[in-house]
Amino acid sequence: MDMTRVPRFRRGFRFQWEPAQNCYVLLYPEGMVRLNDSAGAILNEVDGEQDIDAIVRALHQQFPEAGDLYVDVEAFLDEATKQHWIEWL
Amino acid sequence: MTDTRHASSNVGPPLWLLAELTYRCPLQCPYCSNPLDFAQSEQELDTEQWLAVLRQGREMGAAQLGFSGGEPLVRQDLPELIAEARKLGYYTNLITSGLGLNQAKVEAFAEAGLDHIQVSFQASDPELNNALAGSRKAFDQKLAMARAVKAAGYPMVLNFVIHRHNIHQIEDIMGLCERLGADYVELATCQYYGWAFKNREGLMPSKAQLDQAEAEVNEYRTRLQADNHPMKVIFVTPDYYEERPKACMNGWGNLFLTVAPDGTALPCHSARILPIDFPNVRDMSLREIWYDSPGFNHYRGDAWMPEPCRSCDEKDQDFGGCRCQAYLMTGNADNADPVCSKSPHHERILAARRAADHATAGLEELMYRNADNSRLFFRG
Repeated sequence: MDMTRVPRFRRGFRFQWEPAQNCYVLLYPEGMVRLNDSAGAILNEVDGEQDIDAIVRALHQQFPEAGDLYVDVEAFLDEATKQHWIEWL
Repeated sequence: MTDTRHASSNVGPPLWLLAELTYRCPLQCPYCSNPLDFAQSEQELDTEQWLAVLRQGREMGAAQLGFSGGEPLVRQDLPELIAEARKLGYYTNLITSGLGLNQAKVEAFAEAGLDHIQVSFQASDPELNNALAGSRKAFDQKLAMARAVKAAGYPMVLNFVIHRHNIHQIEDIMGLCERLGADYVELATCQYYGWAFKNREGLMPSKAQLDQAEAEVNEYRTRLQADNHPMKVIFVTPDYYEERPKACMNGWGNLFLTVAPDGTALPCHSARILPIDFPNVRDMSLREIWYDSPGFNHYRGDAWMPEPCRSCDEKDQDFGGCRCQAYLMTGNADNADPVCSKSPHHERILAARRAADHATAGLEELMYRNADNSRLFFRG
């Protein structure tokens, strides 16, 4: 994967923290996905500015004990692309 | 022993709030889900009352908000409601016929923070569309508004209610949606409540029609997928052709909270037909309504279930199906949804299927949803 590519949320998809559900969710027309901790942590770094490399470095700072995150982040963003949640600049 | 009717400690928050702002609507679709006696409805909530509902719902955890009706655009305070909803953090959906919409409103709503506009169509061609809608200008207006919604950058859901008179257009409908740039297409086969129940014989597709439509949808989806096309086609098939009932609303008072135009709070938009006292947001807080009111606790848990649901090992999956359907078809809302082949009333579903195989009624025999026809259903 090209580490300089920049993901952003597709128009109409909104990522936010929901206190009542105690998790991050992804909201879209008439729907909602509840995200697990790792999916939430990754998508929390998606801001339309950071490239994959920057996202992985940011996550590494938050979770230094997690080891090499490149593979997991790449796999998740791949899946998020397939779901049409995110797109690439 | 715990009484599951009042097991409010196990009840999660209402994640979905549907604000039915009004029953007023310029269209007359014969499958409208509004109550038959909608024209008898009490005064609509005012702006302040709606704002209070939105604030309370969000505080309880509601994340999705639908502005619906009737036609929500007839409410002059819609921009104000949208702005407040967005500020509160809702994902805001406007569910509209497109009538009463214009370019300026589309843009003003976007500025107010509206997240999404769903435009409903009745058919893929003007003639049938306008006949079903009871309006000669509806189709052209809908097309223009779908284009305006797209141009303003909203995600776009196009919704088509499917029945025996337009089910043959499924391919054309998907083609039209693709050309308009829809992100989602909802092909929602009629659910038989409200006006649609009244008109069921004239609306219900035959099994052969349904099979054909399903094949066409699947073929279209395969093509979209091969092209990595983002348009998503959602085909809601009619439960009348199932052997097990739907898990209606994901359970009574579980996720969904509807507030009707007059402030009546309901576990779904159809439930006011049931012989149950539902609370009103004018009289108590949304929190009391959701957690403590007898209406919302009525069918929570499973202590209320008679046989065959009570001893059924699938009762946690489908909750016995739909209470409104049980009421409409058996006269008792406690009964198993007759869609279930285990229901002693399942024969009524089979009879409806047989009738659909032989139905010949044309559009002119449907009862259209308008104030004159509604008055026929007024009580006392």
